Amino acid sequence: MRDVLRHHLFWPVAALVALLVANTVARPSFLAVTVRDGHLFGAPIDILRTTAPLLLVALGMTLVIATRGIDLSVGAVVAVSGAVALSHIASSPNPDSPVTVLTAIALALVLCLLLGVWNGFLVSVLGIQPIIATLILMTAGRGVAMLITGGMITTVNSAPFKVLGSGFWLGLPTAAVLAFGVFAVVAFVVRRTALGMLLEATGINPAASRLSGVRSRTLTWTVYAASGLFAGLAGLLISADTMAADANNAGLFIELDAILAVVIGGTALSGGKFNLSGTLVGALVIATLERTVTVLGISPLVTPLFMALVVIAVTLLQSPRMRERLTAARRRQVMAPAEPPSTARPDSTPDSTEVKA
Amino acid sequence: MTQQTTPPVVEMTGISVEFPPVKALDGVDFSLRPGEIHALMGENGAGKSTLIKALTGIHSPTAGTIRVDGVERRFSGPADARAHGVSTVYQEVNLCENLTVAENIMLGAEPRVLGGLNWRAIGRQAATHLERMGLDIDPGSSLGSHSLAVQQLVAICRATVGDCKVLILDEPTSSLDTDEVAHLFTVMRALRDDGVAILFVSHFLDQVYEVSDRMTVLRNGTLVGEFVTAELPASELVQHMIGRSMDVLEAAEEVLEQAERPADATPLLQVVGLGRKGSVQPFDLDLYEGEVVGLAGLLGSGRTELARLLTGADRADAGQARVSGKPTRLRNPRAAMRHRIAYTSEDRKGEGVVDGLTVRENIVLALQAERGWMRPLPRKQVDELVAKYIQQLGIRPADPEALLRNLSGGNQQKVLLARWLATAPKLLVLDEPTRGIDVGAKAEIQKLVAELAADGMSVVFISAELEEVLRISHRIAVLRDRRKVAEIDGNRASMDQVVELIAGGGAA
Repeated sequence: MRDVLRHHLFWPVAALVALLVANTVARPSFLAVTVRDGHLFGAPIDILRTTAPLLLVALGMTLVIATRGIDLSVGAVVAVSGAVALSHIASSPNPDSPVTVLTAIALALVLCLLLGVWNGFLVSVLGIQPIIATLILMTAGRGVAMLITGGMITTVNSAPFKVLGSGFWLGLPTAAVLAFGVFAVVAFVVRRTALGMLLEATGINPAASRLSGVRSRTLTWTVYAASGLFAGLAGLLISADTMAADANNAGLFIELDAILAVVIGGTALSGGKFNLSGTLVGALVIATLERTVTVLGISPLVTPLFMALVVIAVTLLQSPRMRERLTAARRRQVMAPAEPPSTARPDSTPDSTEVKA
Repeated sequence: MTQQTTPPVVEMTGISVEFPPVKALDGVDFSLRPGEIHALMGENGAGKSTLIKALTGIHSPTAGTIRVDGVERRFSGPADARAHGVSTVYQEVNLCENLTVAENIMLGAEPRVLGGLNWRAIGRQAATHLERMGLDIDPGSSLGSHSLAVQQLVAICRATVGDCKVLILDEPTSSLDTDEVAHLFTVMRALRDDGVAILFVSHFLDQVYEVSDRMTVLRNGTLVGEFVTAELPASELVQHMIGRSMDVLEAAEEVLEQAERPADATPLLQVVGLGRKGSVQPFDLDLYEGEVVGLAGLLGSGRTELARLLTGADRADAGQARVSGKPTRLRNPRAAMRHRIAYTSEDRKGEGVVDGLTVRENIVLALQAERGWMRPLPRKQVDELVAKYIQQLGIRPADPEALLRNLSGGNQQKVLLARWLATAPKLLVLDEPTRGIDVGAKAEIQKLVAELAADGMSVVFISAELEEVLRISHRIAVLRDRRKVAEIDGNRASMDQVVELIAGGGAA
């Protein structure tokens, strides 16, 4: 039991379960999943679908945070990605052709990768503080997206592209399959190769890592590039869901949700040790929380407050200091009644107590 | 003796502190009387810091009682301890460099007037405290403008503000020079004569003998005993501390004697006119297989800078380097590593260990970094390697999964050595590998260096302790004012000779 409590995933998973329970109590059919037209339907499936873009962004964010960095530009990159893809499809004579869609996807991803490379350059080569370096693109990126869309909300019709956002694959939402698939591959690569350890070493002690021959600069650069790429993919999923490129609102505040997912997952913002499975749970918690708000019928006016309270509760439960206090309080409670019988035991002889002491 | 009759101001009995599964302290008794300087002795990991932290409330003991002035207490932390007259000054100065001396001294105990701070009284009181310390500095000057030694004294000054009954000095002398140490001791004696009980922790045996009245020796978390300093010969003290005789040290010398200098060999690393502006002036140096070259010189003489140029940690802007006769450029640590050159920095914490990773990860870090992230070392090979070095170097705890930050300084150093030995270096540059670690670990590392050289490795050994450099080196390069000024035969050199070279100027 103690090991379970101490496991780094205990509190995030507990939060997720608590949210699911709250939803089920409010709406008993919440967890029901039905098959319709060969696809799975139900609230849990919806949650998986809405988690998808956030999961991708949080994946990149986790890696960046592991190197002591942060990437604030992901929301803007999401907007750029959607703008590029949809503008290309809209300007093409044949929006339903798979070639057009694949070109649009490739264009968007390559551009987002380059944006990530730009961030990485600022941080690893020029040595600009990550928060400042990515703040540049956070603001400039939306401008770029605006330029691409010409300041309009571009809406398009393209069946193959729409599949990314609202289609199904083997009965599951395409977006979820894609995001969870990418996540699994990256997690596998990070932990099966030495990448994870070298990233952590770089995050904990960059100077020692350099002297040990770790290519810290290349690693740092790579994670920012990866973060850009994953945000780009997230942007495609989001724009394919709405089929509209909104430079101002696509991916708005997703960077904050992603950072939150990382933190809920138990990765410290100070860098070093990171925990991808935690990020996965964290992203699910946030998506479920958003869903909970509608299920519980909470007024939109208090929604931000409600979400903030839940997040505070989860992060507090995770903080080692807080947990120490809680366990100390519990120990006092347990020990208080246990004291009297041990001292006032009539059958214990003086000898035996001496041996104990 | 009168001291025997005074009741102790601090009395700790049966103190145990556990960091499961490790028992850091096991039923230790300790008492401190007013008006004495009491040295707390022990190797790294013996439990000295833990005992201090148990007293000041940073760690809470799992068993035992602490009495201060006869009243049983469990402090909630250093601030609480300080409020009850128990102040601590740590090894690193924990003050605000950007505040003035007076502000630092009075921080938290500022005299107030009408709800605001009474700046005039702050200055005046601080000046009084400084005077008592014999410190002639302007209370209004910023702390950062003073030397580390003065800052250390200011830290002590700050600790004695208010009702200070117990003063704990944890390694206060490690960054001070001889004169500064003498000044510190004068202050300590004055405080003692005022009735303050001083707990003193130091690795320097001569200092302990010079200043302390009594000592308590710990080993592996248990109490060895309490002694009157004047009645305990140093050799016995060392035996109490390490629990074994000094044979290890002598063994190191024996191994060294056997090594023969190669006569006609090509140097493993030969540098000509290597230098870097603002760091170290161009120098020549030949390093041979199976040879230990010591670098001697004062702090700031360019020892570390020279080592960093040899190993690619800094890039040279002049000169050439040849590895086994072939010209090469050591432009970064990776380039040096390709030539099997390894470097352990003097800044163990800042540039050496990765304290949030495990012993296993720290040991394989350099080897893995060299292979690149795509080719992870097979787990079985890693486990064998790690087990081998834990056993060979006697790393404690012998747990590959222990976080490095939970190891003592000496053991962290051993892990660092293991990291580089795992890369099978031909040239190993060790910058202050024995600094801040205890006698036993020091001897082990010296012995290891001698053995490595006997096996054909070339070693560059840097230490502030001249004796150590002399004992271990075949050849000694002497540095002064960022220049290499001499190179002498280590077997024939005498202490006086090297000291004269280091001091320079006067004689020449």
